[in-house]
Parts: sequence; C-alpha cells; structure tokens
Amino acid sequence: MDSYEKLKTARKNGRPTGEAYVKGIIEFPFELHGDRRFGDDLAIMGGVGFIDKHPVTFLAMEKGTDLPSRLARNFGCPKPEGYRKALRLMQQAEKFHRPVICFVDTLGAYPGADAEERGQGQAIAESIMEMMGLRTPVISIVIGEGGSGGALALASANKVMILENAVYSVISPEGCASILWKESTPENVAKAADCLHITAQDMKNFGVAEKVIREDFDHFDKMCAGIKLRLVDMIEEFAGMTEDEIVEQRYQRFRKFGVFDEK
Amino acid sequence: MSFINDFIEKVNTSSAAKVQHVTCKKCSHEDTKYNLIKNDYICPNCGYYFRLGGRSRIDLICDWNSFHELHAGLTSRDFLEFPGYQEKLDKAMSTTKEEDAVVCGIGSVAGNEFATFVMDSKFIMASMGSVVGEKITRLFEYATEHKLPVIGFTASGGARMQEGVISLMQMAKVSGAVKNHSNAGLLYITVLTDPTTGGVTASFAMQGDIILAEPNALVGFAGRRVVEQTTKSKLPDNFQSAEFLLEHGFVDAIVPRPELRDTLAELLTIHKRSV
Repeated sequence: MDSYEKLKTARKNGRPTGEAYVKGIIEFPFELHGDRRFGDDLAIMGGVGFIDKHPVTFLAMEKGTDLPSRLARNFGCPKPEGYRKALRLMQQAEKFHRPVICFVDTLGAYPGADAEERGQGQAIAESIMEMMGLRTPVISIVIGEGGSGGALALASANKVMILENAVYSVISPEGCASILWKESTPENVAKAADCLHITAQDMKNFGVAEKVIREDFDHFDKMCAGIKLRLVDMIEEFAGMTEDEIVEQRYQRFRKFGVFDEK
Repeated sequence: MSFINDFIEKVNTSSAAKVQHVTCKKCSHEDTKYNLIKNDYICPNCGYYFRLGGRSRIDLICDWNSFHELHAGLTSRDFLEFPGYQEKLDKAMSTTKEEDAVVCGIGSVAGNEFATFVMDSKFIMASMGSVVGEKITRLFEYATEHKLPVIGFTASGGARMQEGVISLMQMAKVSGAVKNHSNAGLLYITVLTDPTTGGVTASFAMQGDIILAEPNALVGFAGRRVVEQTTKSKLPDNFQSAEFLLEHGFVDAIVPRPELRDTLAELLTIHKRSV
C-alpha cells in the first residue's frame, strides 16, 4: 500500500474507533465527563479502569460509527473543552499515580469559530506543556489518524505505538496539497501524502513511534489482547522508575527530534 | 532615554536609511526608512505596524549594545527532499540574510537581563521546523541553567510542513523545555506579533506566564479561511485579532509598540528575586 492508500484505510468506515479499543482493552471502564470549565466534549472520551491489575486513566478520541454518533462526536474533532477534560483527567491520574493510556484518532482539532473563541490554541498548548511535565507515565496509541497538533495534544507521551495502517502528520495531505498546488485533487493529495511521510513505517523510522502494531480486525479481541500485553509490559517497566526518571525519559524522547546542519 | 539617541545616531550615520523609501502596506503612504525607524516601525500616516525582522526587534527592545546572540550556526536541511523546500530556504536566506526564522540570544532592557527569541515572518512565514524548535529549546535550557527570564516574540504561519512530522514534534520538544523553565520558578513572557498561528499558537506562544500582544496582531490556531469553510458563515472583522483574544481572555494586555520596552522593563523588575 502506498501512503495515499494507507490514508484512505486509516479513515475507512467500519475501522474500529476509540470506544472499541476502550472496551477491548480496559477492564471495568468507567467514563468521566466534562472539563469543569465549559462543557463535555464527546470527541474525547475519558475515564478510569484497569489493565490487568493496574488502575489506569484512559483517554480516547472517538469519531463515531454512524451518522448520529458522528454528529454527537463532532467527527472526532475535539474542541477546547475536550482538551481541557483530557488534561483534567491526566492531572487526576498524576495525583493518584496511575498511568495514562491515550487512543489517538482525529483529523485534527476542530477549526470552528466557537473553538477559536474558547482558545483552541491555548488548550492544546497547555495540554502539551503539562503532559511534558506529567509525573506519571503516558502511553499513546495512534489507531487511525494522528492529525497535527490536535493529535499531539494526546500524544506527548513516554511511548507511542501506531497501528500498521494508521497515519500521523503535521498537516492533512488535503491541506498540504491545497497550499502547494492550489487544488486538492486526488492526485495532488496522493502526492502530498507521499511527500509528508505519514505512514506507520515512517513513524518507526523517525522514532516518532516505538512500535508498529499489526492490524487484525477480523480477530479484534485477539488483537486487543495483544495490545494489552504490550501495555502491561510498558506499565510494569515504568513502575520500576521514579517520577523524575519518567519525566526525564519523556523529555529526552522528544529532545532528540530534529534534523539540521550545525556549523 | 539615551539609548534612543544612540540609536537615532546610528541610523543618522547610515545615509542609506535616509534615502531609502518604504511604502505602507495598508495606506500606501511613502516615507523614508529613517522616519519609519524613528517611529518604531509604525506608519506615521495610518498607524500600521510594520512586521519586524529579528534584528530590528532586538534593536527596538534591548539596551544599546547589550544583545549577544546565542545558538547561531544552525541551518535547515531538506531531509525529506520535499518539493521546492531547498529553493524556499535558499531564497529566504538570501533575502533576509538570516540562517532561519528565529534569532536567539541574551540582552537587557533598562538593565534587566533576559534571554530572548525573536521570530521573523519574512523567513518562510516563520514556520517552525527543526532549526526553530532546536534554537528555542536550547534557549530555554540556557535560561533555566542561568536562571534568566525569557521574553519570546512570536510570529509564525505554524509548523513547517516541508519537514513533515518532525516539525510537529518540535511543539512538544519546545514545550518540554518551557515546562522545565517554569518549574524552576522562572518568568516567561510572550509577545504575540502579527501573525502568530497554527502550531506555534498551539504551543509556546500560549505558554507564557504573561502573554502580551501588539495591537491588531492576528493570532489564532486555524486559518480564517478554514474556519469560514467549516462554519459556513461570515466571521467578524476582528476575528482572531489581538483585541478579540483580549476580549475572550487569552492575552493579558495589548501593548502599543512605543510602550513595549518600558512595559517589559517593569515586568522584569517586578519578577526580580531579592538577592
């Protein structure tokens, strides 16, 4: 599959979305709502539960699976209140010393007038900054689309995994195509997808993701069980580290990103 | 204000500035560059704020001869062989005479020492790639180590898409360094200048302890056109202006350019720890 095929696969109807992974991986999930500031954004669901014997906080971007749920979930495009809810739950996880598991799947943060009025940029900025200092481990899994800053707001993590046909990009290939070549025809979008290097394999090569997860949606339960095993391994690895070490590991993880020449 | 006299003196000696003409983008008023500089790069006719390159901003804010550049010598690499990127870089470097879209260093204002980064929208719209991210990260690390406040002048079209997902990662990298600086109890002031958008708004532009903005500066996350297409409605004229942000609670104050130096000096003084 080329980049464009993967992009289409990542967005395909019927592909499991955030809630399916929560149900498949988290035991006894209990959903927690609202940002305590403005409202509740259903594009990001969050709550608490167990993975194996470990209490965790989960956050999942949810696009919806049919028209009514897609409308209710705003097609998985979070507003500031979604990011503020996520941050509230991450800080709660820090207080109670439990790991945070994030499932990332969004075209991007919602580009609406109301979102801008309520500080979309500020909400994402705060989420990223606080995640970088969070004294509890964060593990993010890109399950579909990792759309720009809106995805990074739940992926400034200690470890990132990505599904084999998921994509992660600084800008949507459509957006890139329309800036570069004025028109986002399918040919241009395909070209942009190639240029941007958005595939799971690209992420592995860049070090942006530590692990690529094989997809097997026909045996989704089995696939979730496999993800769960990896999560347990990681959670136990972090349990052996101090809080300072966890923060430092995350800082160094991002510190290394950058390609440039130096005189 | 002796620094102003010094400064004017410097400009005076540069006869080029006296004869070189500039045209206001907004009202088409023509004037000498000398008059424009004397007026803090504000159009003497209509009050339009000219966009400033890094060096001009530093001259405007820092005490005379106090600025010392840090982390120079970093240049971008077209590591994805992205169509047109190398040409864009070459062109930007030759027109701005800068290595990339940010200048970093230390300086002082009214004797108060600070670390600073200034973004330059004339360099590929001050988009943030590896070099911008690395230089600002190093600046925050330097400021944390030397216990210095940071004043950041932001301007940006967002992340530099020609560097793919690596440019996105710069948002988290810089944010981590800002967080460490903040945890050390140090002050970070951002001055939002026209235009500050996208990934820079969604990271270090909005992470200041105090967020100032220049009048009428465009500041937002999503582009106006995208928002209009999404909401399918006409947006108010002041949408995403500094004034709009102030009204919605996202900036502390709008500071006119002629008052900026004194304002920063006062804020730095207030945050000075007693020795």
